[in-house]
Amino acid sequence: MLEDRIKERIGHNIASDDVVLFMKGTPVFPQCGFSAAVVGVLSHLGIKFSGVNVLDDDEIREGIKAYSDWPTIPQLYVKGEFIGGCDIIREMYETGELMEMLNTHGIDVNPQPMQA
Amino acid sequence: MPMQAHEIETLIKTAFPDAVVTIEDLRGDGDHYSCMVVTPAFAGKTRVQQHQMVYKALGGRMGGELHALALQTKAP
Repeated sequence: MLEDRIKERIGHNIASDDVVLFMKGTPVFPQCGFSAAVVGVLSHLGIKFSGVNVLDDDEIREGIKAYSDWPTIPQLYVKGEFIGGCDIIREMYETGELMEMLNTHGIDVNPQPMQA
Repeated sequence: MPMQAHEIETLIKTAFPDAVVTIEDLRGDGDHYSCMVVTPAFAGKTRVQQHQMVYKALGGRMGGELHALALQTKAP
């Protein structure tokens, strides 16, 4: 059972930006391959997002799993809506659905040229 | 304690008897799997819901003893 206080903290985090990624590590220094993969996708699409480092906060780390009924990190939220974890984001990116969903939500997308 | 591929398959098949389950041990270490699940039970569900259904079938092991399972789901 998720305490109201923790639920409130998570809700506050999710509302803090249009695109919020709960991840292990930071966008600049991800500490897990799955988190790094999602950061890679978001960066490649030139999307401005905020990272929440769950390694800094056990309450959030466990709480977010109950909040979304999702057992793993990373977790991506767009305008308050849970979009998915690493597999779903990767799949949506590959099919073009991610771009479409971000456009529908009015998020600025500026795809970056591939790094050599 | 890593899980064997056939244990993962059994859990998923128990929840979705008509599912086609394809599991690959990505590194041969019994710890990093990719898994594709195709079942009519997913019809009309979002990807998030489909994955949640599989995670439920795995009975809370995902994120615990099963730490790396790249999951792909779809309805046939």
